[in-house]
Amino acid sequence: MDPIKKFRSRTVVMPSTNIDTDQIIPGRFLTTTTKEGLGLQLFADWRYDAAGQPKPDFILNKPEAAGCQILVAGRNIGCGSSREHAPWALCDYGFRAVISTEIADIFRNNSLKNGLLPIVVDQASHDWLLAHPGAELEIDLEAQQVRLPEGRSASFTIEPFARYCLLNGVDELGFLLSKDSDIARYEARRPA
Amino acid sequence: MSTPKTMFEKVWATHEVVPESADTPAVIFIDLHLTHEVTSPQAFALLRKNNLRVRRPDLTFATMDHATPTRTEQVFGGAPITIDSAAKQIRQLEENCAAFGVELLGLQDSRRGIVHIIGPELGLTQPGHTIVCGDSHTSTHGAFGALAFGIGTTEVGHVFATQCLLQKKAKTFEIDVRGRLSVGVTPKDLILAIIGKVGVSGGTGHVFEYRGEAIRAMSMEQRMTVCNMSIEAGARAGMIAPDETTFAYLEGKARAPRGGAWTAALERWKSLPTDVGAKFDRSVTIDAAALEPMITYGTNPGMVVPISGNIPDRKGDPVFDAAMKYMGLNAGEPIRNAPVNVVFVGSCTNGRLSDLRAAAKILAGRKVAQGVHMLIVPGSQEVKREAEAEGLDRIFAAAGAEWRESGCSMCLGMNGDTVPKGEYAVSTSNRNFEGRQGVGARTLLASPETAAASAICGRVTDPRELLNG
Ligand code: SF4
Repeated sequence: MDPIKKFRSRTVVMPSTNIDTDQIIPGRFLTTTTKEGLGLQLFADWRYDAAGQPKPDFILNKPEAAGCQILVAGRNIGCGSSREHAPWALCDYGFRAVISTEIADIFRNNSLKNGLLPIVVDQASHDWLLAHPGAELEIDLEAQQVRLPEGRSASFTIEPFARYCLLNGVDELGFLLSKDSDIARYEARRPA
Repeated sequence: MSTPKTMFEKVWATHEVVPESADTPAVIFIDLHLTHEVTSPQAFALLRKNNLRVRRPDLTFATMDHATPTRTEQVFGGAPITIDSAAKQIRQLEENCAAFGVELLGLQDSRRGIVHIIGPELGLTQPGHTIVCGDSHTSTHGAFGALAFGIGTTEVGHVFATQCLLQKKAKTFEIDVRGRLSVGVTPKDLILAIIGKVGVSGGTGHVFEYRGEAIRAMSMEQRMTVCNMSIEAGARAGMIAPDETTFAYLEGKARAPRGGAWTAALERWKSLPTDVGAKFDRSVTIDAAALEPMITYGTNPGMVVPISGNIPDRKGDPVFDAAMKYMGLNAGEPIRNAPVNVVFVGSCTNGRLSDLRAAAKILAGRKVAQGVHMLIVPGSQEVKREAEAEGLDRIFAAAGAEWRESGCSMCLGMNGDTVPKGEYAVSTSNRNFEGRQGVGARTLLASPETAAASAICGRVTDPRELLNG
């Protein structure tokens, strides 16, 4: 994984509350055995009509969404299934951060493992972001700050270890593997 | 004297390999890792890429359920699996399990079934254990006093490689269910009412512990229905203290401890329940006796009403308006008016023998309404055999319902079993999200009793009308 420190992008706003993982990537696409290419199916049932044609009024099909790397979503995005296909699809499409006031636990965890920043901001900043689609933001992971236009900013927190891994482009598996002797000691005293 | 602890804290403490520090989460040991065809391929690929093995194949167990066909000829040969990519996923799980030495209950194995049904059935699910699976309804296993939760595929790879997970300790949330459920009101109705009360994100960051008289009175199968849907309130796990009901269920199960190991295990298990005076971070109380059968009307499991009630009127709330548009239902109308085209009985929420018996009791001697398609899918091959031994399959056939091999089936529509666009389905599964059961499918979640009654009448029906009559 590449290190993530700071980046700028415009936002795409999807104000719906409780955007669940079945919307992010519907179940029928989970028969894949790789992670690649899922961006095509991101939000498939909102994005395409029955004939597979893009629905012109869906935000990701509008010209202004092109190239945006930040998704601003309504409260409680990512609820539902544990499918990591949801962050895989968002990343494959090109998103690098999801901003909301609440993000569901498993989706949040899965996002961190894929370099997709799950950013929880305060209500006032969220209201501002929802009201200003396409705003250009700077996300600074080191400082845990989202810088909005007009001198506004919002702070967020990412657990220290996940942040360390993201900033340095290291993956958590390496850390777990380094605990091999602790694991072996635990296994020796664990009841059968 | 040590400080009183909750059951969650006790299980957590005995599984810390490395405790949490200011900079790092805890390293937690996993006693049982369940895996299936859909969320494992990329995790096995991670092992291959890093030249790693499965550290504890003896604590890892695989089955196939999500993408598997439920038509007998496709399961047992004679007809090809309809969806090519699903067939490929099934083959890949077989190859991966063989290559990494993981025990697999394959497509034709007589013990196969939905992962959350067979864990308990085989006695793999035990009190005090940490249990994970790449599936959010792993919370089901908490019914035994296990700490059980869903993980993503990257974490599936971590557990394969190290038998451990990096975890931040969750907060605790007591759900105290006072009194008893009335006749015709089921554990499914209770959990729907709890989700309605707590909200679909109310449990985020917490582990539930269900307590109180109504919970103690439940069978293990009923407790599993309750714990199963903890995730629908945002909680990753839900737990119920083990007691004599738990021990009686487990004794003699294929993978449960035996002899001296059973006695030693019992002693450990009896120390698990939350100590008197232990503090929970949050708490809610539910009056079981006041509940009616519940049914959802919207597009998340928290949009739920008593079956005699009306769809609320929250016009102007964008979530509500979008749900009404998708569902084609009207604010303020009785939910009993809702039409029914499809009825699905099954899933890891309500696909156990007691659920099938409950449906059969209502279907016996009656016919599914004209134009309604009723699909009944047992949660496991074991459930299927038991149901057939009791003649439930004949009751279903006589009523005009379809009876299949086990699997997730119409719960998430991955194997081709779907609800047609725009049609209304009363389902005993756990999610009514847009498109969950098929593109454009409109799902109403309810108990097996309500599902069966609705199938008979062809509209949403209070099962108590048919139980009394
Ligand atoms: S039955 Fe439904 S909820 Fe349960 S494991 Fe299968 S797909 Fe998931």
